[in-house]
Amino acid sequence: MKIGVVTFPGSLDDHDASRAVRVAGGEPVSLWHGDDSLRDVDAVVLPGGFSYGDYLRAGAIARFAPVMSVLIPAAQGGLPVLGICNGFQILCESHLLPGAMIQNDHRTFICRSQRLRVENATTAWTSDYQLGDEITIPLKNQDGQYVADRSTLDELEGEGRVAFRYLVADASAHTYDRFAGRNPNGSYRDIAGITNERGNVVGLMPHPEHAVEEGYGPSLDGLKFFTSVLKSVVNA
Amino acid sequence: MGNVVVDVMLKSEILDPQGQAVAGALPRLGFNQFTDVRQGKRFVLSVEGEVTDEVLAAAREAAETMLSNPVIEDVVSVRVEPQA
Repeated sequence: MKIGVVTFPGSLDDHDASRAVRVAGGEPVSLWHGDDSLRDVDAVVLPGGFSYGDYLRAGAIARFAPVMSVLIPAAQGGLPVLGICNGFQILCESHLLPGAMIQNDHRTFICRSQRLRVENATTAWTSDYQLGDEITIPLKNQDGQYVADRSTLDELEGEGRVAFRYLVADASAHTYDRFAGRNPNGSYRDIAGITNERGNVVGLMPHPEHAVEEGYGPSLDGLKFFTSVLKSVVNA
Repeated sequence: MGNVVVDVMLKSEILDPQGQAVAGALPRLGFNQFTDVRQGKRFVLSVEGEVTDEVLAAAREAAETMLSNPVIEDVVSVRVEPQA
């Protein structure tokens, strides 16, 4: 089972993504932004980082890389694609997912363990979770505020395409959580991740690939992304 | 050499954190009259020779496809920069 991981100039988490694929029992395959081939992989991860320095807009230049010219039609044809952080931004810029990412509303970079709720456990990347599962994985971003117009947001909610939502700590409770009472980047409707209609393309801001191994990260909660896709590929 | 100037702004309904940071700092310098700041982007596209209608059309297409993201931004203007 081959899972491709694309490296763009400025990708940072491609090696962790490859490692997560291996830990889950898959075979990671390195894909290069300048190649117009997907090397016969069964699924693709667009990793986190700062492709092209986040110049212009996060993901805006990566979206026109040669590898995207083959990835976009493949994703539209059903190939499972996961975009993590910068990868999510690239999926939005590619219009494979609706909406856009802008700077965190508080203007600072964040790096923290973040609680999320699984809101769709039927996608290619989330089928090993149960609906309503609460998971904790790293969140680290500058441009993590998910925005879309009201009709798009209503459509996403109506079709069950919000895949993950930030769990917000109670502001009235005694807490040292900096983000009590609000989500960590200002994302509309606390949206942390979404899926396309078919459920093969998923994008999220937090990082499941950093939470797959004992001793690294806050949990092992991210592993099911990768075990899910391996099963979905077998069943496809 | 001719130049085409493209101005892009965040849509008014999208929060502009950078503009807010600037707006928050201006009063510290005594500028109390500005109630809001929105920050945009300007691109200057240069070509050999004159800016023809074709060049301008290409600049408009580039502005819509790459220089702006229509989900969050508007292309405010695409215009020929007068020769100095």
